[in-house]
Amino acid sequence: MIVLGLYALIFVASYFLVKMVVRRATTDYASLKTVTFGDESAVVPNRIASVVSILTIFLLWAAFTGSSLVPSVLHAPGPFIGTASFDYTAQLSDGSLDDATVTVVVTRAGDDPVMPEVAPGDGFAKNDVDEIGAWRSGLIRVKRNDEVPEGMEETVVAVDGQPLVPGGSVYLDFGRVGMSPKGTLNFEPAKGWQMEPIWLPSPEAVAARFMDIARDGYRGSALWEHLGYSLFRVVVGFLFGALLGIPLGYAMGLSDWFRGWFDPIVEFMRPVPPLALIPLVIIWAGIGETGKIILLFLAALWIMAIAARSGVSGVKISKVHAAYSLGASKAQIMRHVIIPNSLPEIFTGARVAMGVCWGTVVAAELVAAEKGAGMMIMVASKFQLTDIVIMGIILIGVIGFGIDMLMRWAERVLVPWKGKG
Amino acid sequence: MAGLTIENLSMRFELPNGSSVQALQDVSLDLAQGELLSVLGPSGCGKTTLLNIVAGFLAPTEGRITLNGHRVSGPDAERGMVFQQGALFEWMNVRENVSFGPRMAGKRERDYGANVDHLLDVVGLQDFKEKSVYELSGGMQQRVALARCLANDPDVILMDEPLGALDALTREKMQSLVLKLWKETGKTIILITHSVEEALLLGERLLVMAPRPGRIHREYRLPFAEMGVETDLRQVKKHPEFAQRREEILSMIWDMEEEIMGRTEVAS
Ligand SMILES: Nc1ncnc2c1ncn2[C@@H]1O[C@H](COP(=O)(O)OP(=O)(O)OP(=O)(O)O)[C@@H](O)[C@H]1O
Ligand SMILES: [Mg+2]
Repeated sequence: MIVLGLYALIFVASYFLVKMVVRRATTDYASLKTVTFGDESAVVPNRIASVVSILTIFLLWAAFTGSSLVPSVLHAPGPFIGTASFDYTAQLSDGSLDDATVTVVVTRAGDDPVMPEVAPGDGFAKNDVDEIGAWRSGLIRVKRNDEVPEGMEETVVAVDGQPLVPGGSVYLDFGRVGMSPKGTLNFEPAKGWQMEPIWLPSPEAVAARFMDIARDGYRGSALWEHLGYSLFRVVVGFLFGALLGIPLGYAMGLSDWFRGWFDPIVEFMRPVPPLALIPLVIIWAGIGETGKIILLFLAALWIMAIAARSGVSGVKISKVHAAYSLGASKAQIMRHVIIPNSLPEIFTGARVAMGVCWGTVVAAELVAAEKGAGMMIMVASKFQLTDIVIMGIILIGVIGFGIDMLMRWAERVLVPWKGKG
Repeated sequence: MAGLTIENLSMRFELPNGSSVQALQDVSLDLAQGELLSVLGPSGCGKTTLLNIVAGFLAPTEGRITLNGHRVSGPDAERGMVFQQGALFEWMNVRENVSFGPRMAGKRERDYGANVDHLLDVVGLQDFKEKSVYELSGGMQQRVALARCLANDPDVILMDEPLGALDALTREKMQSLVLKLWKETGKTIILITHSVEEALLLGERLLVMAPRPGRIHREYRLPFAEMGVETDLRQVKKHPEFAQRREEILSMIWDMEEEIMGRTEVAS
């Protein structure tokens, strides 16, 4: 909630700030339009906003993980780290009271606590020393070393002078001291606002892990091998899907028999999400490469078939008529009119199919795989290696984005006439 | 025999709801080689249908068409077509569009190249031959369409409102161009238009069609096309007979349109 509020605040604040600084600096065509609200073409993405948006995400991420990449003034309050101490008051069954001090060393996970020497003190209640990890909580058996006379019961009645009953809690500066129903004390150091690394590691931890894995690999395979396997599956599955789907789409666009025959199949398979096929494909083809490629093939097949079909149906009849009147044969019309005319649609389909395949391969690898981007994050999540999970998600996103960019570029180069008919 | 003969052509469209439309009824026409015919008529009188049948895209329900002594049964390179717009291949540049016909016929660049370049010169697009067609203006695109049709050397050229999408000025220039090409090449041309002026200017013969059922209402033989070849089209329009014919045909079409409107009013 706090994060969302902060995010909204930065959104609004940077809007006013940027608008104030860059006041009508540009004079391109769109900025000269007086009617912009409702004119979609006048809304070009504000690049400054994009940059600020990405920076904001990193800033929030860094701030709430106590990252060393940003100055510590920007950090959200961190968890309590250090030595906390509080007094407790114990009472024996005969009513006599005694105080003792508990010293708790709170460290980050992985750091070795340095336990101070503490004198036991006098009275029956003895001073205690204990250690607890940040963001954790733990029992503190203060009575363990107390010298309780034979036949007497000891109960803790107060912490730092504040009365405490079983089930209750006392809040101190550095955390919460609670008492279990059975009367044992537990201590929960203040967590602050930062995220624990096992929930959300800091950006530099993710980057460091990325370097590690890029150098040493993960689970016996190099990083590029994991990503390469995923990409390889996508490319092979997509190629097979396109190889069969495009001719199928053409046939459906050109022949009533093909259209009638395959329409029910295509229309039925289209709404079935490829993810729903994973179990069946695993049953039939196992968890190896074949199964995954079959899955991606199926994911791409229908999309490509439908794209090719609509590419054929989308040809303007006057173009076909013109070609006939110019003496073209059926084969020539196919080659010189129908295929080029359908290419823009096919490229759009290919972009969609690549996106779906990339999503599907990651999901399939989550279920079962020996190598792959999805397998990497799945295995890491089982070991709570959140930094690897986040690194994997970022890599998957970057690669997916890269594929889309590549397809767009190919589209611009290969079918420049798109949308110009 | 040379020329185009249309005999007792009828076309009936069966509609999905069971009714039918008589788009053409008993249309007969003889066109000699090299004649320029313009066709005029209210919207929906079957002009496009007639042209599509001559081009071979539609089979008539009755009647027959013969060209140079053989019967027309489908599209063929002997009958070229110029569409209103959007029939160019935008994946080819201007020159590839114009040379489409010869290339499909399997001719070599050295056989058709000179002719294609000549035609590009004639339509004034020599400087644009490497451009993509979507980079051209509407008027330029129609010139490409004309050149493409001519490059294929058809016997008959069919045009369905080829200048309908152009502005008045461009249109006038294109009208001169059509006349010039007609005179130079000696092609038989059928040109459909919505503009009475254009029909008068570009019709050695002018056919006025009437709707429901689509039929030939009247035919004229006009001197203006021949005049237009030699003089400026604006001079032709000043001719007293031109104005008189225009008024006559305009009121004729007005009456037809009025009749249709009246009929729909009664029906509703
Ligand atoms: N494919 C078709 N199916 C059913 N009816 C059709 C079809 N094509 C044309 N018609 C009908 O035939 C008649 C003639 O149509 P056509 O397109 O030939 O008219 P037109 O004279 O070219 O009209 P316009 O000047 O508006 O282009 C119209 O009534 C039309 O509704
Ligand atoms: Mg028409």
